[in-house]
Amino acid sequence: MNFLYAAYAATWIIHISYLATLLLRYRRLRKQIEELRRSQ
Amino acid sequence: MTLSTITRATLMKDLRLEWRSKDAINAMLFFALLVVVVFSFSFDPNAEESRQIAGGLVWVAFLFAAVVALNQTWARELRNQVLDAYRVSPAPANSLFLAKAIGNFVFVGVLEALMTPLFIVFYQLRAVGPVWQLVPVAVLGTWALVVNGTFFAAVSIRTRSREIMLPLLLFPISIPAIIAMVNATTAILTGELSIRVWIVLLATYDVVFTIACLLFFEMVLHAE
Amino acid sequence: MKRIFTVFALLTGLLLSYALYQALIVAPTEKTMGDVQRIFYYHVPSAWTAFLLFTINFVASVVYLIRRSSAADALAVVSAEVGVVFCTVVLVTGPLWARPVWGIWWTWDVRLTSTLVLWLIYVSYLMLRRFSASGETPVLAAALAIFGALDVPLVYFSIWIFRTQHPQPVIGGGGSIDPRMWHVLLINWAAFLCFALLICWSRYRLEVLKREVEEMQALEALLQPRGSR
Repeated sequence: MNFLYAAYAATWIIHISYLATLLLRYRRLRKQIEELRRSQ
Repeated sequence: MTLSTITRATLMKDLRLEWRSKDAINAMLFFALLVVVVFSFSFDPNAEESRQIAGGLVWVAFLFAAVVALNQTWARELRNQVLDAYRVSPAPANSLFLAKAIGNFVFVGVLEALMTPLFIVFYQLRAVGPVWQLVPVAVLGTWALVVNGTFFAAVSIRTRSREIMLPLLLFPISIPAIIAMVNATTAILTGELSIRVWIVLLATYDVVFTIACLLFFEMVLHAE
Repeated sequence: MKRIFTVFALLTGLLLSYALYQALIVAPTEKTMGDVQRIFYYHVPSAWTAFLLFTINFVASVVYLIRRSSAADALAVVSAEVGVVFCTVVLVTGPLWARPVWGIWWTWDVRLTSTLVLWLIYVSYLMLRRFSASGETPVLAAALAIFGALDVPLVYFSIWIFRTQHPQPVIGGGGSIDPRMWHVLLINWAAFLCFALLICWSRYRLEVLKREVEEMQALEALLQPRGSR
């Protein structure tokens, strides 16, 4: 039974950490866009 | 300017270069020797065990050593912009690729010929099966490593960390060939199983990837 | 577009919760394996989704080489990356299922090993994309994607012969699955497909945005005199 919960938890941990990296990359891009705007 | 004359010219140039400097072959030989010695410390096998594991050891040593030669293939042409000259020349890209692949085949073949006696001495190998069958296995297996290796060396030369990239690209793709080579060699050494299916697999791998390399090499060479 | 995205995200969330409820409570308990068998409802849909995404990657790479369209290349990156994520889920949930059922974490069985090799190939694909200069990345990556796809049948076949020659633990294959289990499995697959589509969508938008920013930066570097930044 514990293995079942472990597997389900692992699945969502993997998906959520991937989504977190996406969010991080998105933020970095936003910052770069801001910089470009300011330099113009 | 036919395919074969350019291939021959490039091949002879590479062989002559290697014959004069012996850079690649020396590095490969020493590297393979180190692998043999390190492995013998980590396993310390008797004759029966070494028969079982030698197939794997031999090919792992050759695989790692081959990467040394493969990395040199195109890196050598970067100096003085020779590779750029190839790109703008009207010579067919595939003749260049074939020359490089055959050259690497010769280098790795020489390495195997020199290293095999050493393996036999260090691991007290005595094949139970028919020894002559090792020849087709070695020829097909070496070509399998070298054809994709030459191709992916041309890919990895375009990346930032060139030398590291080649094994990272080559090893995953080569897994079926490695399985076939290792198992065929073990089957011959132990004399237990037939190697026909492995030979068929290796030959298929060779044909498929030789065609694929010839189809895509020009595109990779001119990629920008 | 943003509105549709939000609605779709909400629907996917609902579908995923419903699928979870189905998998944990509605689905019948398997006789021999017990509750652990419910990992099946996450493991198998993830595997199917991963294989689907890798197929999309192959098709997108071929289309890119024919048409040289930047959208096809973006689709290839997105599908490979999300495919690797789903493949990772498969490789993690697999051993968690195997341990209580077979008593071992891992066996070099055909399906497991092929999935692992597939994962390795696509990780090397992502590394190539990361390490090559931006201009030539698409062509090199597309070539590797096609080589990888050619490799798949050879990988499967070689491991299959390799395994049939060696003894291995018996894996509970065969036998028919309860139709109710099928039902739950398909609901879970639908939910994960929607989820994958959702991630791919956001990843695709991110990729497009990234390319725009890179273009703008390149333009900026051209316009500005050297040294002043």
